[in-house]
Amino acid sequence: MATGNSTLPSQPKVETSRSGLSRGQDRKPITVFAERYALVGAWIVLAIFFSFLRPDTFPTIGNLSAILGSQASIAVLTLGLIIPLTTGDMDASVAFVSNLSAMMVAVLNVNLGVPIGWAILAALASGALVGGINGAFVTIFGIDSFIVTLGMGTFVGGVILLISQSNTISGVSDVLTQAVVITQFLGIPLEFYYAIAVGLFLWYVLEWTPLGRRLIVVGRGRNVARLSGLRVQRIRWGALIASGTISALAGVLYVGTSGAADPTSGSQLLLPAFAAAYLGATCIKPGRFNPIGSLIAVYFLVTGISGLQLLGAQGYVQNLFYGGALVIAVTLSQLTRKREEISPGNSQ
Amino acid sequence: MIPENGGPAALRVSALRKTFGGTVALAGVDLEILAGEVHGLLGENGSGKSTLIKVLAGYHAPDSGELQVRGKQIPLPLAPGQFRDLGVEFVHQDLGLVPALTVTENLRIGSYAAGERRFWLSRSREHREAEELFARYNLTINPSVQVRLLPPVQRALLAIARAAEGLRNSPAVQESGGGLLILDEPTVFLPSDDVQRLYELIRTITSTGSSVLFVSHDLDEVLQITDRVTVLRDGNLVGSVDTAAVTADSLVQMIVGRQLQIATDPRGTAETKEVHCTIDNLSAETIDSVSFHVHRGEILGVTGLVGSGFDEVPYGLFGAGPATSGTLTIGDRAIDLAALEPVLAVAGGLALIPADRGRDGSVGSLSVADNIALPVLGSYFNGGVLRRRRMSKEISTLMSDYDVRPNNPSAQYSSLSGGNQQKAVLAKWLQTHPQLLLLHEPTQGVDIGARQQLFGAIRAAAADGTSVICASTDHEQLAELCDRVLIFAHGRMIHELTGQDIQKERITELSFGAVSTK
Repeated sequence: MATGNSTLPSQPKVETSRSGLSRGQDRKPITVFAERYALVGAWIVLAIFFSFLRPDTFPTIGNLSAILGSQASIAVLTLGLIIPLTTGDMDASVAFVSNLSAMMVAVLNVNLGVPIGWAILAALASGALVGGINGAFVTIFGIDSFIVTLGMGTFVGGVILLISQSNTISGVSDVLTQAVVITQFLGIPLEFYYAIAVGLFLWYVLEWTPLGRRLIVVGRGRNVARLSGLRVQRIRWGALIASGTISALAGVLYVGTSGAADPTSGSQLLLPAFAAAYLGATCIKPGRFNPIGSLIAVYFLVTGISGLQLLGAQGYVQNLFYGGALVIAVTLSQLTRKREEISPGNSQ
Repeated sequence: MIPENGGPAALRVSALRKTFGGTVALAGVDLEILAGEVHGLLGENGSGKSTLIKVLAGYHAPDSGELQVRGKQIPLPLAPGQFRDLGVEFVHQDLGLVPALTVTENLRIGSYAAGERRFWLSRSREHREAEELFARYNLTINPSVQVRLLPPVQRALLAIARAAEGLRNSPAVQESGGGLLILDEPTVFLPSDDVQRLYELIRTITSTGSSVLFVSHDLDEVLQITDRVTVLRDGNLVGSVDTAAVTADSLVQMIVGRQLQIATDPRGTAETKEVHCTIDNLSAETIDSVSFHVHRGEILGVTGLVGSGFDEVPYGLFGAGPATSGTLTIGDRAIDLAALEPVLAVAGGLALIPADRGRDGSVGSLSVADNIALPVLGSYFNGGVLRRRRMSKEISTLMSDYDVRPNNPSAQYSSLSGGNQQKAVLAKWLQTHPQLLLLHEPTQGVDIGARQQLFGAIRAAAADGTSVICASTDHEQLAELCDRVLIFAHGRMIHELTGQDIQKERITELSFGAVSTK
């Protein structure tokens, strides 16, 4: 092992550098800062850019309100998604779960006349249930989480078509639309603040509770977590239940925004959520899925899309943007990860 | 047996030197393997044996030294895989077979990878070729069966035959008339009855003019199969001798080296202390119904050769490994080891420091504080928030207690040197004041200074009432650290050393199965 003598702290690090020591530590503060806030900077540049090109439509309160309000559902979905991503599991069912939740609210409330409050609770419970089933397969049977949640997502998609009989159901109680989109605070619909609240809550859990630390350790070193006495399987299972429940909440916001639920909107939310989660992992706390970064990423992406649409781009721009962002973001976060995870080789 | 005047040596290494940082792994070693002979290579862990093999495999670049293959000077370092062009093949302990593929497919892996010239692969033809191959080596292996279904000895035979076939087809060997097959401990996991088949195969190979370098821990095997044997110790050549002229005991002496021992200070009189932990009938993959006890505050070493099962002890007692049965009694609490999970082990006052620091001991990409605080996170959660400042402060204190440098709790764990990483892992567990501390190779990849500090910390914990079990093949470490040492062979405990008997040489002798007393 190439190690400095531990009794001489000021030993030159010549030898140790070959074991990868101090990379990531010796980087200049300015580099660290630039990396953390690069996405924020890009967002501002993007906003200024579109403001110049479309000074009459882009930099307006109306557009700001639309941008911030319209994305609450995707934002919440992304926040749900980063929980299992943190523990090292995939959840490809989030978008379908959110669609199921929206449809349950609509079916229960409109078709069956269930009071809106109970309909919402039932929808959230359905999300938790799907998450629980995902978790059971992943932890008890040890099936790869991507496969399980992909299959469950498609299964849930079928359930949606079944309970809605493939119809869009509109006319959901305006108590919900009032609480979600119609009521505004500072000119922005309340749903924006709900998304922020979920983000802050998640930030609190991840940063300020023992549970948050444990989630990260489970994701980064499953064996280390197990040998340190953490209940690894229970934590992974819990993370999938949490993502299911939060995805269902995203569905409630969705149905509250439009007052209606359509049976096929789910699949369209999947890619934006993944793109935002991975893009979010490149900022604020680079290399980690983090709630604040995720929120910034969601709004960065929608700013780009709505700006391009104001410039006259067609609907396809959305696909280009989300798809491209996902690939680039994953590449970037992979690079950050690699640098973070360099470990000294105990070679002999 | 050895062909006289059989032309130049199959392989000659001279004055080979390799250092890692400040550690000398090979201090100018010579090795000569004659054409057509089986040559044994012996030495303890750390003797330089595996470094030598890895230089030949092109894995390590030596600092200096010369290499001749069949009289031809070959410039060092070798490129990875270059040995093939020189007419050298390797079979490592893991054999390099793909269990899910058939015997034939495993034989053909090399040619698939090299770019098959034929477009159409004929299965029947491949099978026929495989059968012809086995006939050449007097083997009876079914070519169409999956390798995972073969008994271990057939797997080893297959891997060796495949390598021998590689030699036969090598242009270098065809030109010079013989190659070199390096067997790197291929017998470790084989029952001794089966090893005979292996010897026959090895003789078949040498009869074609090729040579075999046989690396092993097992003296009996080396005595039976080899013509000559080379012994390394601490990176130095002890000597190369004709096998017929040596006995097991004289080989052990070469391996261990006889130095005058200054009587060490009397060990702690553990016998007078109370028994703290009792292990009854512990069985796992290799170890079979082993029972022993640990006194309170005692440091108990467990050791043996690779494959003896000693290294299953710490994991089995922690619920982290494949313990199939057994009971651990700490004080008056009995724990069923077959049902034990690490969660319960931690709750029961156990702590495990695994050998593989990077994979099992710590998360390199997280901070030192995150790693150290893991078992005690709950104690920093107060008033609804994690008290990060207090955590950072207390962990910084802990780090200075254990001399983890630099003392920066938020530094990335992987940025620490090996010794400091291990001190941090020790701090992580000792802050919980465990009843029983389980260690596996606790000073692997750690420099001398840190090693002493780690010993100091372990001794301090023991003096504090923690009982310690240390599994290691580092006999010097065991001699220095332990109050008592248990030696394992073939899944059983065969010796117990106490007091003055705990000496490095004695431990090594007994591990290698020497029978003579003193």
